Amino acid sequence: MASMSFNFEENVDRSRELKRRKRRKIETVNQDRAKNNQIRWRSIAEQQTYSSKLVEALRHVRQTSAASNVSSRSRAIRETADKVLAISARGRTKWSRAILTNRLKLRLKNHKKANAKPRMASPGNRRSNNPPNGVQKKRLPALERRTRVLRRLVPGSRKLSLPNLLEEATDYISALEMQVRAMASVAEHLTGASNLAESSNRLGMSLEHTPQR
Amino acid sequence: MSSRRSRSRQSGGSRITDDQINDLVSKLQQVLPELRNRRSDKVSAARVLQETCNYIRNLHKEADDLSDRLSELLETTDGTSAQAEIIRSLLTQ
Repeated sequence: MASMSFNFEENVDRSRELKRRKRRKIETVNQDRAKNNQIRWRSIAEQQTYSSKLVEALRHVRQTSAASNVSSRSRAIRETADKVLAISARGRTKWSRAILTNRLKLRLKNHKKANAKPRMASPGNRRSNNPPNGVQKKRLPALERRTRVLRRLVPGSRKLSLPNLLEEATDYISALEMQVRAMASVAEHLTGASNLAESSNRLGMSLEHTPQR
Repeated sequence: MSSRRSRSRQSGGSRITDDQINDLVSKLQQVLPELRNRRSDKVSAARVLQETCNYIRNLHKEADDLSDRLSELLETTDGTSAQAEIIRSLLTQ
């Protein structure tokens, strides 16, 4: 006969077991998701999608930017590439969301700065990363030091737990690799296109008549 | 016992285990070109983190260099529609 006794201990054990199973299932789901993301960043399709979005965005930036010197133009291109990369992540990762919100925060801050009176920099305003010991640098264990540096490099990771930081870093690296591959390929094609335009101009040919593949 | 249970509930049910961390560290190691061919029990976690930082810095530098190159290229090509068409067709090969 199935016992209908509501034994308190049994219920506690059962709920603990359910929680354990649910946690393991969530971990597996997270691992699969991470693996799928890594596959995605490595795919040709993703790189081509990124490349065409990048080219579109760069054309827009050129039309709207009044940048006169090389370094600020280059900076604008790098920021555009980062923004398009963050969008490609589709909000799945903290680093990508951080890139997009940081952009917004910066723009709001600059807007406020332009309208507000200048403030004197005071010790109370500076947000310091230094440990409370102040001047004396404490030699932290290697793992903590490296973790701290990593948090500075991966956007939005300052407050993440260590496991989340490691996951974010892994995804961020795969995304950065794709970004570099895509930018290199776009640069190659632009070099080829400009060479082509140059030689066809020299030869007095119009590009419209070039046979397409 | 009950305190551990309530703590894990507060942290969203995720008790961070050493195994979990080791697993993530070895996954990270697989992404790093410098370390992916070494056995994971021979590489310390601190080393993996160090290489990770170095690699990310390298990738940032490559992206900056490519941005420089792209800004030069975009200045010289005058963005006519024909050239844009070439670029588009090359990118969708």
